[in-house]
Amino acid sequence: MDLSIVIENLPLYLQGLWLTVQLVVMALFFGMLLAIPIALLRTSKNPLVYGIPWAYIYFFRGTPLLVQLFMIYHGLGQFEVVQKSFLWPFLKEAYWCALLAFALNTAAYTAEILRGAIEQTAFGEVEAARACGMSRALMFRRIILPSAFRRALPAYGNEVIFMLHGSAIASVVTLVDLLGAGRIVNSRHFAPYESYLTAGLFYLGLTFLIVWGFKMWERRWHAHLRPRET
Amino acid sequence: MFDLQGYGELVLKGFGLTVAVALLSLAISTLLGMIGAVAKLSKSRVARTIAGVYTTIIRGVPDLVLMLLIFFGGQMLVNDIGDWMGWEYIDISPFIAGTLTIGFIFGAYMTETFRGAILAVPRGEIEAGHAYGMTGPQTFFRITLPAMVRHALPSFGNNWLVLAKTTALVSVIGLHDMVYNAGAAGFTVKKPFTFYLLAAGLFLVITATSDIALRWTNKRYSSGVRKA
Repeated sequence: MDLSIVIENLPLYLQGLWLTVQLVVMALFFGMLLAIPIALLRTSKNPLVYGIPWAYIYFFRGTPLLVQLFMIYHGLGQFEVVQKSFLWPFLKEAYWCALLAFALNTAAYTAEILRGAIEQTAFGEVEAARACGMSRALMFRRIILPSAFRRALPAYGNEVIFMLHGSAIASVVTLVDLLGAGRIVNSRHFAPYESYLTAGLFYLGLTFLIVWGFKMWERRWHAHLRPRET
Repeated sequence: MFDLQGYGELVLKGFGLTVAVALLSLAISTLLGMIGAVAKLSKSRVARTIAGVYTTIIRGVPDLVLMLLIFFGGQMLVNDIGDWMGWEYIDISPFIAGTLTIGFIFGAYMTETFRGAILAVPRGEIEAGHAYGMTGPQTFFRITLPAMVRHALPSFGNNWLVLAKTTALVSVIGLHDMVYNAGAAGFTVKKPFTFYLLAAGLFLVITATSDIALRWTNKRYSSGVRKA
C-alpha cells in the first residue's frame, strides 16, 4: 500500500466525486418528475392507459442499466433521424447520455415503488375525499400522493443507493466520475488496491450519508408513527 | 433495422456464457449467504462481527468497483504469492474473477435474506427437533432448512433477478458475454442499437422465465399454508 499515490491524486478523486454527485442528483430529480405521471397512469384500470407505462417499467427494470446506457450512447447514432436532429449535440456527449439513461432507469423503479404505495392507500381516505366533494385531481394532490410518498420513503431510500451504485458505470463510457478517477489512477501507477479501494471508500461514505439522510427524513415524515415518549 | 446479417449466433453464444456466469455465481452466493446467515445468528461474537462487516461493506460499494478491485487486485495478489512460492505465472481469467465477484457480492444480500428466513421459522419447531434428540446440524438440515425455504423465496427471487442483470458488468473486464458480443457484432455491421436491443430482449427472456419458475416454486413450498 502506497498512500502517497492516493494523496497525490486526491484532486482527481474530488473532481470525480463532484461528477458522481451531479449525475446522481440530476438523474434522481428528472427520474422523479417522470415517475409521478408514469405511476399515476400505471394505477389506472383501463388497459389502454396502463399498457404503455407497464411495458416501460417492465423493460427498464428487466434489463441491465449497462445495456440501456450502451443503447443510448453507442446505439442512437445508428439512426440518421437522430444524427440530424437538434438533439444530436447533446446525444453525442457521454455526459448527457449517462444522465438520460440513469434518469429513465430510476424513473421506472421509482414509478413501481410509487404504484405500490398508491395502491395501498386506505380506501376510507379515498371515500372521505370523495364525500368532501374533491375532484380527482384535487384528491390525488391532497390525499393520495402525500400519503403515498410517505409509504414509499423507505423503498425510495434503497433506490437512491442503487442509483448511486449504478452510476459507477458512467466510467465505462469515458466519464471521469469517482470510479473513473480510480481507473485513471490505476492505469497511471498500476496500483489497483490504492486506486479502487479509495474510490470504494468514497462510495461507502456517500452510501452512509444517504442512509443517514433518509433516517432523518423518515423521522420527520413518519413522526406520527414513532412510539410516544413517556 | 432487424436484419442481423448472420451475427445473431454470436450473441446467442454470449447468452450461454451469461447464463453460465449467472448460475455459477448464484450457487456461490447461496453458499456464502447460508454461511453468512448462520454466522450472523451464531453465539460467537467474532463470527457475528465478520458477517456484519462483510454485509455492510459489500452493500455499500458499487459492484463494478468490487469487480475491478478483485480482477486487477486479485491478479496482483496471485502474482505476489506466486513470486514468493516460486510458481509459474498464473493468469486470473475474467470468467473466474467475474463469477467470484458476483457470487461474493450477492452472498451479502443472500445473508440478509436467509437470516430473515431462519428467524421466521417458529421456535417451537426447532425445539421439537432438539426434543427428539437430533443434534444441532441434524435439526438445521432436517427442520430449519426445509421450513425456511418458503420465507426465503420471494427475496431470493429478487436477488436472482438483480444478479442476472449484474452479470452484464463482466463485459467490462473483457469477458465475451452477451453484452460484449452484442457490442462487437453491432460495431462490425454498424447497427449497435439493434444488437443491444437484442441483448436487452434476451435479458427480458431470462427475467420472464425466472418469474414463472419462481411463482411455481413458491406455490409448491406454500402448499401447506392456509390463505384467506
